[in-house]
Amino acid sequence: MNDKVGIVIVSHSPDVAKGAADMVRQMVGNEVPLAFTGGDPGGGLGTSVETILAAIDRAWSEKGVAILVDLGGAETNSEMAIEMLPEDRQGRVVVCNAPIVEGAVMAATEAWGGATLDEVRRTAEELSPA
Amino acid sequence: MTTTLDAAGRRALIETAAAAVIARADELTALDQAIGDGDHGLNMKRGFEAVLADLDAIAAKPLPEGLKQIGTTMVMKVGGASGPLYGTLFLQLGKSLAELAPDAVPSRAALAAALEAAIVAVKARGKSEVGQKTLLDVLAPVQAALADGADAVALATRAHEAAVATVPMKAIRGRASFLGDRSIGHMDPGARSSEILITALAGMAAGDHGAAA
Repeated sequence: MNDKVGIVIVSHSPDVAKGAADMVRQMVGNEVPLAFTGGDPGGGLGTSVETILAAIDRAWSEKGVAILVDLGGAETNSEMAIEMLPEDRQGRVVVCNAPIVEGAVMAATEAWGGATLDEVRRTAEELSPA
Repeated sequence: MTTTLDAAGRRALIETAAAAVIARADELTALDQAIGDGDHGLNMKRGFEAVLADLDAIAAKPLPEGLKQIGTTMVMKVGGASGPLYGTLFLQLGKSLAELAPDAVPSRAALAAALEAAIVAVKARGKSEVGQKTLLDVLAPVQAALADGADAVALATRAHEAAVATVPMKAIRGRASFLGDRSIGHMDPGARSSEILITALAGMAAGDHGAAA
């Protein structure tokens, strides 16, 4: 299980996060560690550092974890979560600058093939305009 | 001028700041509905209510440790982008004041230096600079005034002027940036929440430690 980079999907909306994860599962399968989270600590639209940390834990792989986010707060909260990880894990989690759905599918496809974290990130980020 | 800030004094400071923000949650939400996603008031209220829920434990700690706990609570409980931003602010204030003697009131120089370091940390967290219609547009001028020797009343005035000055600015960061020119003409909600916090704390400093009594 841990020979593939993990993928975490962080959206403001739990429905969007789950929907993106469903697409990854259908298109890439179950071999890539995958977790998703959405919604703020009060149950509204937003993101939560606490649930992002938990999602990173669920998708954890010794090869690292790539996070896909939607809007600004999701990125800021994901970066905050990375800083709160144990030190030996911090360097092995990255936020990809890529569209959340397409990025998640591309990153997971790359991860499935055994790519490194950096390769996974670069593949997802090819979707973003330079 | 008092020279000590004991648990009762810290408790009063935290309660006053939290109550000021919670009382204006609806106003902050209204500002955020104009240019953001309309959750700033609710998020800040949730964060400070979580701080108040731990008030005894936080106030019992030395100021630097208490500030760090407030920061962690904001990070975990607020939710929106304001959580990591305000969380980073309080975490860095706590880190910067680490050498403070137990129950001592931080000096003006120490406070100004701590706030300066906290502003640098918030800039990095938000990948933002002054002039982009954010809380930094209140924090930075207030820090400059503090370093220049302004008294509490002048600091509150500066905070208010700075928040008002965000009205004609165009947002570059956060969701308001999607609005482009349409973000012009509205006060930034984060600038306003910073003003509220600074005004509440300055009010206590000006009233000099009735709080600590």
